[in-house]
Amino acid sequence: MDERIKVDQVSFTYEEGADPALTSIDMKVQPGEFVAVLGHNGSGKSTLAKLLNALYIPTEGAVIVCGLDTRDESRVWDIRQQAGMIFQNPDNQIVATVVKEDVAFGLENLGVPTEDMPARIESALAAVRMNEFADSAPHMLSGGQKQRVAIAGILAMEPSVIIADEATAMLDPSGRKEVLDTVRRLNRQKGITVVWITHFMEEAAQADRVVVVNQGRIARMGSPREVFQHIDEMRDLHLDVPHMTALAAELRKGGMPIPQDVLTVEEMAQEVCKLLCPSD
Amino acid sequence: MLKNITMGQYYPVDSFVHRLDPRIKIVLTIAFIVAVFMVHSLVGYAIVLGFVYLTSRMANIPFRMLTKGLKPLRFILVLTFLLNLFFSTEGTTLIRLGFIHITHQGLSQAVHYSLRLMFLVVGTSLLTLTTSPIMLSDGIEMLLSPLKRFHFPAHELGMMMSIALRFIPTLLEETDKIQKAQMARGADFESGNLLQRAKAMVPLLVPLFVSAFRRAGDLAMAMEARCYHGGEHRTRLRVLKITQKDFIACAAMAGLILLIVVEGIIL
Amino acid sequence: MPIRLNNVTHTYSEGSAFQATAIRGVNLTIEDGEFIAVIGHTGSGKSTLVQHLNGLLKPTDGQILIDGEDLNGEKTDRRRIRQKVGLVFQYPEYQLFEETVAKDIAFGPKNLGLSDEEIDQRVRRAMAHVHLDYDKYAERSPFELSGGQMRRVAIAGVLAMEPKVLILDEPTAGLDPKGRDRILSMVRDLHAQGGVTVIMVSHSMDDVARLATRLIVMSKGEVVATGTPREIFRQVEMMEKIHLGVPEAAKLCAVLREKGIDLPDDLYTPDQLREALLAKWKEVSPC
Repeated sequence: MDERIKVDQVSFTYEEGADPALTSIDMKVQPGEFVAVLGHNGSGKSTLAKLLNALYIPTEGAVIVCGLDTRDESRVWDIRQQAGMIFQNPDNQIVATVVKEDVAFGLENLGVPTEDMPARIESALAAVRMNEFADSAPHMLSGGQKQRVAIAGILAMEPSVIIADEATAMLDPSGRKEVLDTVRRLNRQKGITVVWITHFMEEAAQADRVVVVNQGRIARMGSPREVFQHIDEMRDLHLDVPHMTALAAELRKGGMPIPQDVLTVEEMAQEVCKLLCPSD
Repeated sequence: MLKNITMGQYYPVDSFVHRLDPRIKIVLTIAFIVAVFMVHSLVGYAIVLGFVYLTSRMANIPFRMLTKGLKPLRFILVLTFLLNLFFSTEGTTLIRLGFIHITHQGLSQAVHYSLRLMFLVVGTSLLTLTTSPIMLSDGIEMLLSPLKRFHFPAHELGMMMSIALRFIPTLLEETDKIQKAQMARGADFESGNLLQRAKAMVPLLVPLFVSAFRRAGDLAMAMEARCYHGGEHRTRLRVLKITQKDFIACAAMAGLILLIVVEGIIL
Repeated sequence: MPIRLNNVTHTYSEGSAFQATAIRGVNLTIEDGEFIAVIGHTGSGKSTLVQHLNGLLKPTDGQILIDGEDLNGEKTDRRRIRQKVGLVFQYPEYQLFEETVAKDIAFGPKNLGLSDEEIDQRVRRAMAHVHLDYDKYAERSPFELSGGQMRRVAIAGVLAMEPKVLILDEPTAGLDPKGRDRILSMVRDLHAQGGVTVIMVSHSMDDVARLATRLIVMSKGEVVATGTPREIFRQVEMMEKIHLGVPEAAKLCAVLREKGIDLPDDLYTPDQLREALLAKWKEVSPC
C-alpha cells in the first residue's frame, strides 16, 4: 500500500520575504507507523505538523495525505477528517461546555446524522477511557484528561492519521504518560498512523522512527536507537538524549563494554548485569 | 477556586418547566411580559402572582429564589415608585403638603409601574433559573435562524455565545492568577482613588487581553482542524424537540392571557 | 530570614458545597541558603503551599512566621514581605504587559517606590542574572521575544525586587531541553553566588536530584517526607506508591541491587552511578 503521508520537497515561508520556516523537507510516513518529530522550540516542527492537515499550504513542494494533495482546496475537509490533529494547549481546543458535546463537534461539522452521533461519541470516549466523564464540564478535568477528550473528538471522526502537535508539552509527567499511552494504544490496536511532535526525548524513544528537525531542515532520521547514538550532535541541536543512553556513553568511556544504543533503565540493567551480576 | 462558579443563575433541578423546549420558554416569557402589561387592576396582578407562584412550584424552585432576584433592583423599584408618585400631577388630588402633590392617578401609576417592573424581572428569572445558559443560547439561535435569509448571523451568534460560556471559567481562573502574579511584584489593586485604581488595572488587563487573543487564535485553528466551516451543512447533537409538555405550557399561558382579558372587561 | 509554617491548613470555598482542603497540617522550617524542591503530583497542594509563603493566600488554620513575624498578623506589612519573598508563577511570561522589556522589569521596583536611578540599576542587574543583554533587549517589546526569552524577562521582573527568598513554580514547564537547562543553571547561580534561598516546585525528579539540597514531598495536601535527595530517593517504593517515582539513575540502582549487584542504596545521579559501576567493573575486569 502507498504511504499515508508524503512530504515532497516542501518549503514553507510565513510571509513573503521572511526566512523560510521549513526548507526542502522530504519524508514519508507508512500506514500504521508511529513517527516522532523531534526538535527544539522554533525548529519548525510545529509548522511541519500544520502542513500535514492543510492548516498551512506549502510555499513550495507538495504534501499528500491519504492520496490527497493539500493544495487542492476542494478536498480540505476530507484531508482534515483523515488527519486529525491535537494541539499543545488543552484548554484552547475544547469548544463545548460538556465533554460529549465537544466530542460531537467534529461530527456536527461533517454533517453526520444526529441519530448516528451517540454511538460514535460513546465508542470514541471508550477508546480513550473517558466514558465516565461524558457529561462533565471540561474545565473540571485535568490536563491529561482534557487532551484525551481532544483525542476522542478526533477519533469520532474516524481518521486514519493522528497528528499530535506537542500534545504533552503542558502536562505533568503522569498526564504526559496518560496521553502518550492512549495514542500508542490506538496506534497498536486500531492501526492509526501517528505523527508525534515533541521535544521530550523519552517520548521520541518510544516511536518506530524519529525525525529530527533543526532550523527548518531534517537533521537526522532513523530508529530511536540510531538517532540517539549521536549524543554530541543531538546536544548541538539543543536537544538531549535519554539519560540511559548518555550513561552508556560515559560507561564506555570508562572502559565498560556497554552497547551504545540502550534507551531504557531495563535495557541498561540487563547490559550491566551481563557484566557484573554474580553468576550462580 | 473559581472553577466551581455557577454560571448565570441556573438552578439545576429536574422539573416540568426545566424540561420545556428553550425556544418555547423564551416565547412564553415574552408572552408573559405582554400579559403583565395588559393588566390594569390589582385583581389582575393577583392572577399573575398566582400564575408565577404555581409555575415556581412546578419548576421545583423555592419562591424566595425568585424574590432574591429582585433584591439588587430594590433602588430602581423604589425610585420608579417615587418618581411616578410625585411627578405625575394630573387627576384628582389626594394629598397636598407644601410642594408635595400626590394625585390619585399618580398613585395608581406608581403602583402599576413598580408591579410591572417586578413581574418583568420575576418572569425572566423564571426563564434563566430553569434553563441552562447553553440551552438558552441554543434557543436564541434557533429562534433567530429564520432571519438567516436576511443574512442575519444566527449560527455565528449561537456559536459565540456557547464559546463564551465555555471560556468564562478559564478566563476567571486566569484573571485570578495574573492578579496574584502582579501582587507578588508589589502591585496594589485595592487602595487609592478611582483614577489610581483604574491605572492599577493595566497590568491585569493587558496580559488578560493578550491571553484571550492567543486563546482565540488557538481555538480558531483547532476548530478549523476539526472541519468547522460555519453553519452550512452542519448537523447537531442536541436537537430541540417540541413535546406535549410544550403544548400544555402554551395552553397555560393562553389561559393566563384570556383570564386577564376577561378580567379587564368585567372589572 | 527563616520561614516557619506551623500547622498550616488551607480550605478553598470553606462552608460551600465546593469546599476542598488543598493543604492540611503542614509543618515546615525553611532556613537561609537552602535550595528546596517541592515535589508532588498535580493537585497535591504544591502551588497552594508556595502561595502561602508570601501571603498571597492566607491559611484557614495555622500560622506562618517569616523572620519570627506572623505573616498574617494585623500589623504586618505584607507588601514588604512580598518584596523579600519573590514568587515566580507557572508560565510567568503570560503576566508581561509593558511596552518594553526594561519597563516591565521595572514594574516591581517602581511599586517599591525606589528612585529612578536605583530602578535602572536593578533592571540592569536583573537582566544580567537572566542572561539578557541590556543594550540588545531593554527597549524591545517583550511580546516580540521567543517563549524562552519572555520567561526570562518575567523572572527578571521578580528578581528586580531583589528578594531574599525566590520561589519558582515549575519554572521549566513547556520549555525544550536547552531552554530548561538555561533556566535551571540560572537558578543554580542565583543560589550559589547570589546567596538567595530557593524554593522550586518541580515535576522532574532528575532536575531536583541535580539541584536541590532538600526535598519536600507532598501527597494529597500533606507533607509526606522531607530530607536530602539522598535520603528521599533511596525510598524507591514509597516514591512509586505516591506515583512520583525517582530519578532514572536511582531506579537503575534499585534494579541492579535487586539483581544482586552490591551497590550502595543511595545513588541517585548518573555521575554517582557511573563512578560506582566503573569501580565495580575494575574489580571484575581481567585487565
